[in-house]
Amino acid sequence: MADLANPQSDDAPLDTSKRSAAPADAAGRLPEGQGDSFANATVTIGKPVAEVFAHFRDFANLPGFMENVVRIDVLDRQRSHWVVKAPGGGTVEWDARVTDEAENAFIAWTSEEGADVPNSGRVDFRDAGQRGTVVSATILYDPPAGIVGKIVAKMFQREPKIQARRDLTRFKQLLETGEIATPAMNPKQFEEMGL
Amino acid sequence: MKALAWHGKHDVRIDNVPDPEIVNPRDAIIKVTSTAICGSDLHLYDGYIPTMQAGDILGHEFMGEVVEVGSRSTLKKGQRVVVPFTIACGECFHCGKHQYSACPNGLPADNQDIARELYGTEMSGLFGYSHMTGGYAGGQAEYVRVPFSDVGPIVIPDGVEDDKVLFLSDILPTGWQAAEYAQIEPGDTVAVWGCGPVGLFAVQSAFLMGAERVIAIDHYPHRLELAKRFGAETLNFKESATYEALMEMTGGIGPDAVIDAVGLEAHGLFVDNVVDQVKASLFLGTDRPHSIRQAIIACRKGGRVSMPAVYGGFVDKFPLGAFMEKGLTLKTGQTHVQHYLPGLLNAIMEGKIETEFLISHRMPLNDAPKGYKMFHDEQNETTKIVLKPGMVAA
Repeated sequence: MADLANPQSDDAPLDTSKRSAAPADAAGRLPEGQGDSFANATVTIGKPVAEVFAHFRDFANLPGFMENVVRIDVLDRQRSHWVVKAPGGGTVEWDARVTDEAENAFIAWTSEEGADVPNSGRVDFRDAGQRGTVVSATILYDPPAGIVGKIVAKMFQREPKIQARRDLTRFKQLLETGEIATPAMNPKQFEEMGL
Repeated sequence: MKALAWHGKHDVRIDNVPDPEIVNPRDAIIKVTSTAICGSDLHLYDGYIPTMQAGDILGHEFMGEVVEVGSRSTLKKGQRVVVPFTIACGECFHCGKHQYSACPNGLPADNQDIARELYGTEMSGLFGYSHMTGGYAGGQAEYVRVPFSDVGPIVIPDGVEDDKVLFLSDILPTGWQAAEYAQIEPGDTVAVWGCGPVGLFAVQSAFLMGAERVIAIDHYPHRLELAKRFGAETLNFKESATYEALMEMTGGIGPDAVIDAVGLEAHGLFVDNVVDQVKASLFLGTDRPHSIRQAIIACRKGGRVSMPAVYGGFVDKFPLGAFMEKGLTLKTGQTHVQHYLPGLLNAIMEGKIETEFLISHRMPLNDAPKGYKMFHDEQNETTKIVLKPGMVAA
């Protein structure tokens, strides 16, 4: 049997790795990465990379397609304050800071000291020519025990990968069609159902 | 408004529910004037489709009048439209290739997980067909909310009756696509398994595409008569041995193209045990071989297999060896309805395709529960039921 602790030898995304060292490798690729669990999701959006990047980089846009994010206050170019839904109608909050970025290429962030749910991650944007832009999100987090663990579970719904995929799907729908698909029969129901 | 709602196995009712409203900018609200019960609706009725919820409004074959439009709809109030059963955005990669039933943008993100598990990818949203396909309210109602109304619905000229064009919503393009996927060449003999609505439209389409002979296979005498009326030769598998008959009817060669229009007939997604239940209890009794297996075995070497029939999970004993050795080609998939609408509307207007022959019953929406029972219990005579929300009960 191959030694899965060895450095990666193929080109597959890290979150598909069977090696035990994969989360550490993922954290190592992030400036100020924190968290020992990680999730990844990738989607192709049929719009030019500049448009896709610009929409995402304006963090105030994110609650428009991220289901559990109630509000993001943009404090300055690097810092933002996140308010995220928690069980029982409450919220959890943290400050996030952009640790590195390159226009039309990637954005990396980490949460600041005192975050209810410490996390970090990066979103990569790659020009895919006629097909538009490939967007790949990597999220690292520490799944804490107890009540906060439940909050994390709720925040990411079933599992972080599914939640990230759903959020990126809505991002794609919004940019490609101008709206987010919903079976709601009226605006009030749409609001109640959430995104 | 009044709407036909699912409440459980063999329990559909007319409920009073709030009228739908515009939610997204590209929406339109349609006042339904005609809506059909589809064979695949019977699978909902029989309780075979998972992720149904009590109160879900059924119906994916419908048409009507535009009564309200969102800011980005291109429809105008008062226009009459037929609505495709597939909800497609018209702007994504797949829609750009006219693969409308593969559009990922009409299926709400939260409803995509099951299809991803089953098929490795999401499919398009559908009206009135469980929560796996989006949980959209269907058209067996007085009103319906239609997303992407600037792309899907086709406007019907004044003076053309509903019954003539209603089947553009699903079964006519499905039968047409089936014949197209058979890649018919002049002189071909095409065998069609199943003379339900899709099979009967496939028969007509195959002739229009140049088939010299079409052999229609079923066991309902009335349905075989309908196929005959379009020039098909018939084969009743209760009376005759299908494979042997086909070989002799084609000079020992086999049909050049075969179309499986039996399958499960459902538009939705199945889990495997559900498929097995359906197989065992509904369509594929022990004395009846699986249509796709039979089609592959009967097809001539180098021939083409078209499979409009819907399969949801895994199939046992698929004759992969015969398929490979004979060098067959298989084309299949949910119907890309939007792609076919303009051409098929023209074909109807020019009298090249008959549609109304299929309708055996017309009834008010209020009688829909009775219609479901009738369609379920009497498959020979009941070829198609069209519900008319505006019709006064007799």
